[in-house]
Amino acid sequence: MIKRASTYLYRHPGLVLMLLLGPPMVWMIGLYLVPLGTLLMNSFYHLDGFTGKIVHSFSFQTYAQLLEPANREIVLRTLLMAIAVTIADALLAFPLGYYMARFATARMKTFLFVAITLPLWSSYLVKVYAWRLILAKEGILTWFVDLLHLTPVLDRLLKIPVIGGPSLSLSEIGIFIAFTYVWLPYMILPIQTALERVPKSLIEASGDLGANSSMTFRKVILPLSIPGLVAGSIFTFSLTLGDFIVPLSLGNSSFFIGQAVYSHQGTSGNIPMAAAFTMGPIVIMIVYLLIAKRLGAFDAL
Amino acid sequence: MSDQSAIIFNDVCRFFGDVKAVDHVDLEVKNGEFFSMLGPSGSGKTTCLRLIAGFDRPTSGQISLYGQDVSNLPPYERDVNTVFQDYALFPHMTVGENIAYGPMVKKVPKEVRIKQAEDMLELVRLPGLSERKPSQLSGGQRQRVALARALINQPRVLLLDEPLGALDLKLRQQMQIELKTLQKRVGITFIYVTHDQEEALTMSDRLAVFNQGKIEQIGTPADVYEHPTTPFVAGFVGVSNLVKGEIAQRITGLPKTFSIRPEKITLSNINTTVTDNMFAADGTVRDVVYLGLYTRYLVELDGGGDLVVIEQNLKTTSMDCLSARGNKVRLVWQRDHINLLEN
Repeated sequence: MIKRASTYLYRHPGLVLMLLLGPPMVWMIGLYLVPLGTLLMNSFYHLDGFTGKIVHSFSFQTYAQLLEPANREIVLRTLLMAIAVTIADALLAFPLGYYMARFATARMKTFLFVAITLPLWSSYLVKVYAWRLILAKEGILTWFVDLLHLTPVLDRLLKIPVIGGPSLSLSEIGIFIAFTYVWLPYMILPIQTALERVPKSLIEASGDLGANSSMTFRKVILPLSIPGLVAGSIFTFSLTLGDFIVPLSLGNSSFFIGQAVYSHQGTSGNIPMAAAFTMGPIVIMIVYLLIAKRLGAFDAL
Repeated sequence: MSDQSAIIFNDVCRFFGDVKAVDHVDLEVKNGEFFSMLGPSGSGKTTCLRLIAGFDRPTSGQISLYGQDVSNLPPYERDVNTVFQDYALFPHMTVGENIAYGPMVKKVPKEVRIKQAEDMLELVRLPGLSERKPSQLSGGQRQRVALARALINQPRVLLLDEPLGALDLKLRQQMQIELKTLQKRVGITFIYVTHDQEEALTMSDRLAVFNQGKIEQIGTPADVYEHPTTPFVAGFVGVSNLVKGEIAQRITGLPKTFSIRPEKITLSNINTTVTDNMFAADGTVRDVVYLGLYTRYLVELDGGGDLVVIEQNLKTTSMDCLSARGNKVRLVWQRDHINLLEN
């Protein structure tokens, strides 16, 4: 019976393809692309200011509202945060990924893998709340800073306008720290994978041809790890752009895109505005990927 | 200048834990020589090459390059270049950029190094490919690019780590001749690592046979082939019959192991008279393998032991050869064709 079925499938490769791709395609189109399309559609509707009802006709009114200074500020704040978090994660992840790919023994590598992915096993909410406690005014970090007699430095840091606040847990700095922490594994793993794929002989060849270590790093290792950096940054960047839990838990009253979406679709029932805000990260990501492609980030894939 | 030593190994060791990869090696390579390091995998030949290149450092001993002790110099401070077994071309650069990598590192102006790279591509007979990516080249072409990338730096010594290993037989034989010609033309000392004895015999001025981290024999190809000094060399370089113990004593009258090449032995009639300058042994043909150009016989000696004999098929046909199975024969060879080995 099984033999006959497999013979039948062998003779009909088209059917095999259909069986293989059917379920994921249904998922992709039905639950992913169609909702994305309706989202796009909704962003062109608008909310009637008097009745509070959604007007189902095509207009750019909602996008015009999105470009008002207050909303522009939200998009810009989120974008800058995403950039800062991505850069910080890249700087932290690269040395670790490099160590794992080049120098770590098999045991050490396994240990690091577990250590890096372990935080992903626990709920992200728990971690964010943990950060809220760590960063609180009476929290362990403040205590530790005090222990090191660095309280004046912390105070000065918190006095910086825009990014500062009454305490770390109520400032942009706190949000930045929490974001950098929660997304770090997503940056380390692709970088480590990319570096692992660089053959040792390429590094030896570079040295053999007269390049010292820093030259080899710039001309060979870094260019070949860019696909990993880009892959990692797609995670950190897009996850930061869309998140609302971290700024909700740690921030002050200044909104991020995720919070804006959350509040517009919730209490105020402004679905078109929420949809328009959502389009923001999507457009930003598309632009980002196009730039990355233009710079040849995917050539080595 | 021409008599100067390019490389000297002075009691060099490289241990990896308990593994003695290179075990007290002394070696001298002359300037301008095509020198091969021959041996099975794990014999230490590649480690020796890596020690010269500077990818690895000796556990003890000195390595000098044209009189300078380089034992502890990093690769980029040594005047040697390497052609890697896997070619190690940079995948994110074009062929031209790969070749111009050395000059680029040395800050040669861009126009100059592009020109140099073009010239090198001419030299390895791949003109006009500088815009390609390595992934768009065939194995043989990559090999030439790797060669060009090393030679552009005009190193004093070029190290080649089994560079032809990944090529098919035809291309390999063609590249052997090309490499040898190229070496004569550029006059650079070549150090060539291979496990292929035919390759080593074809190309080298001299070769060293490695076994278990030690050098068994150093000499010219003819020397090593005709006068192997150890049983390992006799067995590894070409095919050899090793005759030991009692049987050896009965044939030569000496209590020493000797080797004899299969092609030096003549298969004769059992009644053949043996002259003074000959050795002889009687036996029975046990197996015959007809190989077109020649036939290989396995002869079981009367007193025990086997000898392999190769005869060219000058006049015989396959029928003649194959019907020899079971015949009583007398094997005869010249006395000076045997090699007495260090037991």
